[in-house]
Amino acid sequence: MSKFPKMNYPLYIRSIPTENELKFHYTVHTSLDVVDEKISAMGKALVDQRELYLGLLYPTEDYKVYGYVTNSKVKFVMVVDSSNTALRDNEIRSMFRKLHNSYTDIMCNPFYNPGDRINSRAFDNMVNSMMMQVC
Amino acid sequence: MEGLTLSEAEQRYYCDLFSYCDTESTKKVASNGRVLELFRAAQLPNDVVMQIMELCGATRLGYFGRSQFYIALKLVAVAQSGLPLRVESLNTVKDLPLPRFVMSKNEQESRHTALYSSDADNPASYSGVIPPPPGRIQVKKGSVSHDAVQQRTSADQQESTSPVVSPQQSPPTSPHTWRKHNRHPSGGNNERPLAGPGPFWAPFSEAQPGSSASSDPIWSGHSPPPHQENWVSFADTPPTSALLAMHPASVQDQTTVRTVASAATTNEIRRQSSSYDDPWKITDEQRQYYVNQFKTIQPDLNGFIPGSAAKEFFTKSKLPILELSHIWELSDFDKDGALTLDEFCAAFHLVVARKNGYDLPEKLPESLMPKLIDLEDSTEVGEQTGEVGYSSSPAEAPPSKSPSMPSLNQTWPELNQSSEDTAIVHPVPIRMTPSKIHMQEMELKRTGSDHANPTSPLLVKPPDLPEENKMSSSVKFTSGNTVTDGYSSSDSYASDPEQIGSTVTRQRSHSGTSPDNTAPPPPPPRPHPSHSRSSSLDMNRSFSVTPGQQQAGVVAYPPAVPPRPQPSQGAGPHVHRPVDAEGLIAHTSTSPQQIPEQPNFADFSQFEAFAVSGVNKEEEDEIETHSEVLQGKGTTPLAPPPKPIRRRLKSEDELRPEAEEHTQKTGVIAAVLASQPSIPRSVGKDKKAIQASIRRNKETNTVLARLNSELQQQLKDVLEERISLEVQLEQLRPFSHL
Repeated sequence: MSKFPKMNYPLYIRSIPTENELKFHYTVHTSLDVVDEKISAMGKALVDQRELYLGLLYPTEDYKVYGYVTNSKVKFVMVVDSSNTALRDNEIRSMFRKLHNSYTDIMCNPFYNPGDRINSRAFDNMVNSMMMQVC
Repeated sequence: MEGLTLSEAEQRYYCDLFSYCDTESTKKVASNGRVLELFRAAQLPNDVVMQIMELCGATRLGYFGRSQFYIALKLVAVAQSGLPLRVESLNTVKDLPLPRFVMSKNEQESRHTALYSSDADNPASYSGVIPPPPGRIQVKKGSVSHDAVQQRTSADQQESTSPVVSPQQSPPTSPHTWRKHNRHPSGGNNERPLAGPGPFWAPFSEAQPGSSASSDPIWSGHSPPPHQENWVSFADTPPTSALLAMHPASVQDQTTVRTVASAATTNEIRRQSSSYDDPWKITDEQRQYYVNQFKTIQPDLNGFIPGSAAKEFFTKSKLPILELSHIWELSDFDKDGALTLDEFCAAFHLVVARKNGYDLPEKLPESLMPKLIDLEDSTEVGEQTGEVGYSSSPAEAPPSKSPSMPSLNQTWPELNQSSEDTAIVHPVPIRMTPSKIHMQEMELKRTGSDHANPTSPLLVKPPDLPEENKMSSSVKFTSGNTVTDGYSSSDSYASDPEQIGSTVTRQRSHSGTSPDNTAPPPPPPRPHPSHSRSSSLDMNRSFSVTPGQQQAGVVAYPPAVPPRPQPSQGAGPHVHRPVDAEGLIAHTSTSPQQIPEQPNFADFSQFEAFAVSGVNKEEEDEIETHSEVLQGKGTTPLAPPPKPIRRRLKSEDELRPEAEEHTQKTGVIAAVLASQPSIPRSVGKDKKAIQASIRRNKETNTVLARLNSELQQQLKDVLEERISLEVQLEQLRPFSHL
């Protein structure tokens, strides 16, 4: 999963089993386009917190990409294996919510400048635990 | 080890040395600290000392037995005479001069330092601390015990201070200082006046498990502790050693924050090394220092330091931003972007520790966990602006929750006042577990104004929680609120604050259960067994019945204290703090009959009136008020105690037949409520008077029953909320605990 701020550079990227970092980087970046598309499509000042979408389901790669946008235009992108059929929408939503909460906690830290890469250990732990749960 | 032949002189000498080192009088083992000291006093290079120790087997054994000690001493002699260290040399070298140890008053210091260093070494991360403390230790020791030491330490300080014009030099001077002392040829042998430091050292010697050998090299390596320098430069003040000397005085004098901090750090380090098992404990001096620093930023000890101010403050420590960020994460327990006093102390402590070389923990150590209660209270208050001005007294907290109560809104303010009156002492002991607090915080933040905090304490009393009161307030109920049986949700608020002393706001969101569990015994006497709600006061006293709509199953109204005048029945919903038992008793006595008594509107009016009247009344007052109210209503003259289920809609006609039944009970009730003024009167009068009193009592019962039912309803709601919160907690647990 990774998160991007407004300018679409990644603040944080973490992947679990396969560690195909590069591939995920690519996937995530491409998914950003879709996310942006959705955001602009929503218009109406909709502060839709969770836009859960199933995109980029490549037949070969066979994984799903979920997106989530916060009010401050920070995007969370999560890539999951399609083989993980058990992942339900609710779970994804809850995971995004947790991510969002953790991100908020990081924001509360006065030493953190928004736009920096995220180095928080607590955040890392949280993300790791979440991913462990899924994988 | 190999056999060791010692000459007589050697034997005597070694024996003396051994007994000197045998601080614990074990006659078998020489304390490692002393031994190390001794070796240092031998003025041998560190590696030689290590070699000696290895050869004699101490490192293998982990301690210095007598034989090891003797061997070591012999090897020292060998080394001092310039011979290579060999095991064979133990016995082959004859005419070996006795090992020389520099024994001077300074040895004490060096000894201490050695001890410190060795102790400090044990925790690897503490190694950085060693260098500074020695200097400090000497200083400290001086202040602690020997005059000689003191003189020396002051001398040390002066020495260290003079060269240290810039902060950075101070650390290095410390170790140099003691080394200097060490070299003073004192000649003597063991007769070191251990004295003072004895007990002081004991922990040190114990703390070091034979890693003394390692301490030596580490020690020397750390001569100029970078941390110290940083620390000192942080303060940009005179050398810390000087500070140490005057420790308390310097603390005051120092204007810069860090100066004091360094002194505090030193103490802290010292203490830490001495209490290795809890390196994160904050000593009193440190704490005082932290508090002073807190005051410079935020005069109100119960207030917050905003993030930006804290950022500036801690940036002065010159720690890397990443570490500061991590420290913040650890110490900002409630994740609100501001530091309370406890959080600030924890953060400061971590900074100090980090500057002295300790690694930052992954999670906040136990001893640094903020004490939630008081702080939380202030925090809560601050956070929940909506909450009626909760003052520090928890009692008030509940009232503030009242706003959530629809119908009780108006009564809430009143209740608040009443709760204020009760002046529940902010329970210091109440301690919410950090997780609980955190949960509460999170709950607050995330659940919004959802006051679904079931309060476990509520369970304690089976009062009818007024629906309005919902849980949130009740969350804080703890068993402590025994009196507040009839705490309605509002009560729970009050009790919560009392118990948890905080967060009125939190009450809402907290799953009352968790906090309560961890909270220390219920706060000191709930000021009022009377609830904060005036009506509850009333109720408590007079009724113990929980009037009001009784929920289904009038739950066994515990035969409440009858003496409660019935009037308090309605007891404003929020006020329901009825001592359940009392109220219930009354009700039960009257047999939980269908007592719709009055139509709903009547109930409300009753309650409202009750609430209004109840506000800061004592029992009698409320009771009287209630009675007035009741009588004023007169709608349910002989309504039997309200049934658990609200039956407001029941016509009065229905009541009548019940009333008849009730009358019988009324008689009982009357007996119960003997204290009621009306009763005695009626008793003494003729039948008419009796009936009138009976009527009044019944009305009271009705009100109480209604109240009871309402409270029970609230209780249920609160419980539901609690359950939901617990579920949420469970969901979050895996993440929060990782």
